[in-house]
Amino acid sequence: MTSSAIAVSGLRKAYGDKAVLDGIDFEVAAGSVFSLLGPNGAGKTTTVNILTTLLTADAGTVRVAGHDLATATKQVRAAIGVTGQFAAVDDLLSGRENLQLMADLKRVRSGGQVVGGLLERFDLVESADKLASTYSGGMRRKLDLAMTLVGSPQIIFLDEPTTGLDPRSRRTMWSIVRELVAEGTTIFLTTQYLEEADQLADRIAVLDGGRLVAQGTSDELKRQIPGTHVRLRFTDAGELDAATRLLDGALRDDEELTLRVPSDGESKSLRALLDRLDEHTINAQEFSVHTPDLDDVFLALTGRTSEEAIAK
Amino acid sequence: MSTVSLPLADSAIMLRRNLKHTLRNPVTVFNAVLFPIVLMLMFVKVLGGGFDVGVAYIDYVTPGLLVMAISYGLGATATEVNSDMTTGVINRLKVMDVSRGAMLSGHVIITTVRALVACAAIIGVAFLMGFDPGASALDWLGVVGVLVLLGFAASWLTVAMGLSAKTVESAGMATVPLIMLPFLSSAFVPADTMGAGVRQFVEYQPFTPIIETLRGLLAGNPSGSDAIAAVAWCAAFAVLGYVWAVSTFKKRA
Repeated sequence: MTSSAIAVSGLRKAYGDKAVLDGIDFEVAAGSVFSLLGPNGAGKTTTVNILTTLLTADAGTVRVAGHDLATATKQVRAAIGVTGQFAAVDDLLSGRENLQLMADLKRVRSGGQVVGGLLERFDLVESADKLASTYSGGMRRKLDLAMTLVGSPQIIFLDEPTTGLDPRSRRTMWSIVRELVAEGTTIFLTTQYLEEADQLADRIAVLDGGRLVAQGTSDELKRQIPGTHVRLRFTDAGELDAATRLLDGALRDDEELTLRVPSDGESKSLRALLDRLDEHTINAQEFSVHTPDLDDVFLALTGRTSEEAIAK
Repeated sequence: MSTVSLPLADSAIMLRRNLKHTLRNPVTVFNAVLFPIVLMLMFVKVLGGGFDVGVAYIDYVTPGLLVMAISYGLGATATEVNSDMTTGVINRLKVMDVSRGAMLSGHVIITTVRALVACAAIIGVAFLMGFDPGASALDWLGVVGVLVLLGFAASWLTVAMGLSAKTVESAGMATVPLIMLPFLSSAFVPADTMGAGVRQFVEYQPFTPIIETLRGLLAGNPSGSDAIAAVAWCAAFAVLGYVWAVSTFKKRA
């Protein structure tokens, strides 16, 4: 096996004449976390469905765990685990029975032991024998992921694993992903949240309208997008002029009468900025600190906001 | 493991899961077993006295009620199959390389078993109400054979409907024609008592020969031509349902 867990080249998929994936290429190193970042409708789930053998591609080659997706489907399936966008748990079975079903179908030896271990690891022991229909959203996602881990797959696909979860459950999910990586599992993750990709991924690819518009480490991507900045809004053009002369590297918008000043967002530098304005008796009507989010990435990479990308 | 035992073992695992579903879902049990019995009491005790069918009404109506019991159990299967599809359970199993047939045959077998339990309950209650069949042991075997065949055929059709429906609600609705057809058959009154138009429909629709075959077998004088039509209809349902189910199953991700 090569060091690439997943290698994709020239991948295309269209429904009718609407191209969902318009020729994408990427590689995922074994044991790393790769994140596909993009708004709803960008083609993330289609990509996951193709890589996990649920859909066939129109063109392109894909190797997963060293096996060709088109000719060695069975071997690919044996190597992967998938957790889809909606918790695919069986409501009329208990947590334990759900896991046991997976162990039975995968013919896992000493399945009872594996199931017990997973229940413990995911903190589901207390509710193990209750029906999954009584579980909270966070518990369902955990059970869903635990089911995926039965049989220890080498490569795990997580399609928006934290969409709709509360912040605490999201953090739990993140720490589980980190543990899996520490054990040597390769993770392919899709997300709409830059922060999630930032926290977890070794490499990030930005998908927009079926094309990869950027790829790189989190730091490389951030260099391409406007960083944290302060936004000042003034009441008249005179004050905007004065402030622009005063602050180096600031970006002005004459229509909005605003000025965008790069900043690290820390209180010390914010105070320094305010002090300088004060010294020159310049008053900003509005003052706000912005940290980059997915919208900024989109704006920088595609010239559109993610909402526009969806509306397209 | 050999290529034959793998799908069989998968089927057994899936069947065990579907069995748990049935036992844990009182609505399924109600629809499949109790509701046909309620209908039976209504037809025999409330309405039956007003029908003149030439023989004791319980003897006339039991075959129709057996068919009705089978069709009432189908709604639950369609919604179960559809929720497997829409919640992602089927996708999860597909990715795990579970035998394709096992995922569907588990549903078909459990539906057939549920149908046979409902039929056994109907026959039991019929005896309590004075049912007096003239069937020989061989005729009874024929009755069981027809019921199994109909249950199996209708299950495949229902699984296909469940797979192709967009939502759980529309999956339930899709089986309504199968539930209505026994009402528009010779189940409750003979076809020749009906008005023109309706009568022709009743005579040529699939459930009438199936019910007449059961009626003949239970009375101890089976009719060959009805039996041939009944088997042909069931075989057609089964093949149509199977082909439709398998092709939908492959297409939808």
